[in-house]
Amino acid sequence: MVDRPGAPLLQVEGLARSFDVSPPWLNRLVEGGGRAVVKAVDGIDFSIGRGETFALVGESGCGKSTVARVIVGLHPPTRGRVLFDGADLARSMPRAERRRLRRRLQMIFQDPYASLNPRWRVRDIIAEPLRTYGLCAGHGERRARVEALLAQVQLAPADGDKYPHEFSGGQRQRISIARALAATPDFLVCDEPTSALDVSVQAQILNLMQDLQRALGLTYLFISHNLAVVSHVATRVGVMYLGRLVEQADTASLFAAPRHPYTRLLLATIPDIAFSGRRREPVAGDVPSPIDPPAGCAFHPRCPFAEARCRRERPELRPAGPSRVACHAVEEGRLPAA
Amino acid sequence: MASEAAGQGRRPGVLRRLADSDLFWSFRRSPVTVAAAAVTLLLVLGAVLAPVVAPHNPYDLASLNLLDARNPPAWDESGDWSFPLGTDDQGRDVLSSILYGMRLSLFVGGASVLLALALGVGLGLLAGYAGGWVDMLIMRIADVQLSFPAILVALLVDGVARSLLPHERQGDTALYVVTLAIASSIWVQFARTVRGSTLVERSKEYVQAARIIGVHPVAIAWRHVLPNALGPVLVIATINLALAILTEASLSFLGLGLPATQPSLGTLIRIGDGFIFSGEWRWILLYPAIALAGLTLAINLLGDWLRDALNPKLR
Repeated sequence: MVDRPGAPLLQVEGLARSFDVSPPWLNRLVEGGGRAVVKAVDGIDFSIGRGETFALVGESGCGKSTVARVIVGLHPPTRGRVLFDGADLARSMPRAERRRLRRRLQMIFQDPYASLNPRWRVRDIIAEPLRTYGLCAGHGERRARVEALLAQVQLAPADGDKYPHEFSGGQRQRISIARALAATPDFLVCDEPTSALDVSVQAQILNLMQDLQRALGLTYLFISHNLAVVSHVATRVGVMYLGRLVEQADTASLFAAPRHPYTRLLLATIPDIAFSGRRREPVAGDVPSPIDPPAGCAFHPRCPFAEARCRRERPELRPAGPSRVACHAVEEGRLPAA
Repeated sequence: MASEAAGQGRRPGVLRRLADSDLFWSFRRSPVTVAAAAVTLLLVLGAVLAPVVAPHNPYDLASLNLLDARNPPAWDESGDWSFPLGTDDQGRDVLSSILYGMRLSLFVGGASVLLALALGVGLGLLAGYAGGWVDMLIMRIADVQLSFPAILVALLVDGVARSLLPHERQGDTALYVVTLAIASSIWVQFARTVRGSTLVERSKEYVQAARIIGVHPVAIAWRHVLPNALGPVLVIATINLALAILTEASLSFLGLGLPATQPSLGTLIRIGDGFIFSGEWRWILLYPAIALAGLTLAINLLGDWLRDALNPKLR
């Protein structure tokens, strides 16, 4: 982590976010039972340097999308903080300052069918950030900027007059990217940007995103459950399990030498193109409920190496070779080589 | 010149697009709907153009002659074509009274639906988008409102207005009091519907995208959520128009709506009701009642068609 020049663009420190899923007050009173709280994200730390692509991976419900939502400000954090370019967005600050920071931090959504207002023309959708931040001086300038943005995501200028339903999923995702780029951001949070798309279209969108990263110097937080995609785009990877980071490493080391038992399990489930016929370990059990997470290491009920200490004590992220791993077995050196 | 032609090529005229639309296609396919639309159009035109098309002016007391009182319809042997549907006990032409009365009925119905729509859509959008205690407060008020029958709410508003307003002004204000009374009994339906669709739209990613861009919450509610939440409102407005006209007629029939000096359809029916046991002069009751039933039935049928045509699940 010392090889990154300058301060990181985004720092996440001890971030936690819980949701109150209790039944309404009256039901609690009549039926008994207390409050129920889901700890969607339970204390995670990471930082992302300029120009990097940091990927968060994990199964559904592990809290990776919640991390994205907290970072862009859709949810306030319950604990911890998010520093964007050194500034905490959850703290109070002058309006103009907040707007300036918010503009630099944009998001691309998973479902290109839900993320565009069906009643707006594409031109107006892409122009919304321009209008909100007053980035263009007049109607003509705005129009020209929208056409430039359309060209940047490889759509035709005439597409601006159409409605979202006239486009395919991949094209809609391009529109979504153009809208995010309209705010001239430095940092893009991409919440599973390709998981709703066909495989062939996925590759186009990923390549477009990489081209844009090079051309505009963007930094990405890339959230995905698709490890093949992550190995293609990410420079560093964080693996999440039940609201916690269990392993964090640069992409090459993570895929070459996964350390945490959960990471190994995830990697073992990637189908390989050669159909090597190797026997795959079936993933034992389900993700436990985040309302009532297991004590100690959250992964212990599914872990083949779990011991008494794992059931008792929550492991912290500690350096292990080039990676940082939260696992007692790794720390104690009792884990067999992968 | 060239750009003009291109513009026309891209966007055909409003009439052309309307004729090509799915809605018009499903309209033409349903004879009942076409008939209902024709009846509605005829009655509305007759009502709006009453001063032009009505043979007499029932408000012009100087033109009334008590010798013309209780004339039967024109096809009766003692009838007279100058009073096509006969006259009432004051010598007023029934057809003219119906046309002028329908004007008032349609005005009260339309105005109360518009008022309820503005109030209900506004509060529903606020409740759905703001959530929390604002939502709680608005929707509990709506629940309380909904637990009273519409006519009771209207009676309450009417009663309060009567006790507050000086007696001699009640004739002039009756129209607005009735409109307010009916609006306050039907806004809940708009509020609940709009709140429901606002909750659905609010959770969609395009609204979150607008929040991340930093669009003001009022602008998000107004420009993103409202247009997408309005779909069912048109249907509710149409069906409630018929309902509002009926409520007004009920109030007037009970003597709480429009006074005899400004007779709406309900008032005419009340006047006619006084003669029903006489065995004679039944036209004084019959024709206003037919007009009311025809108008509300036609509007209701239009509303039903609109509900089905706009419901993608039934296509």
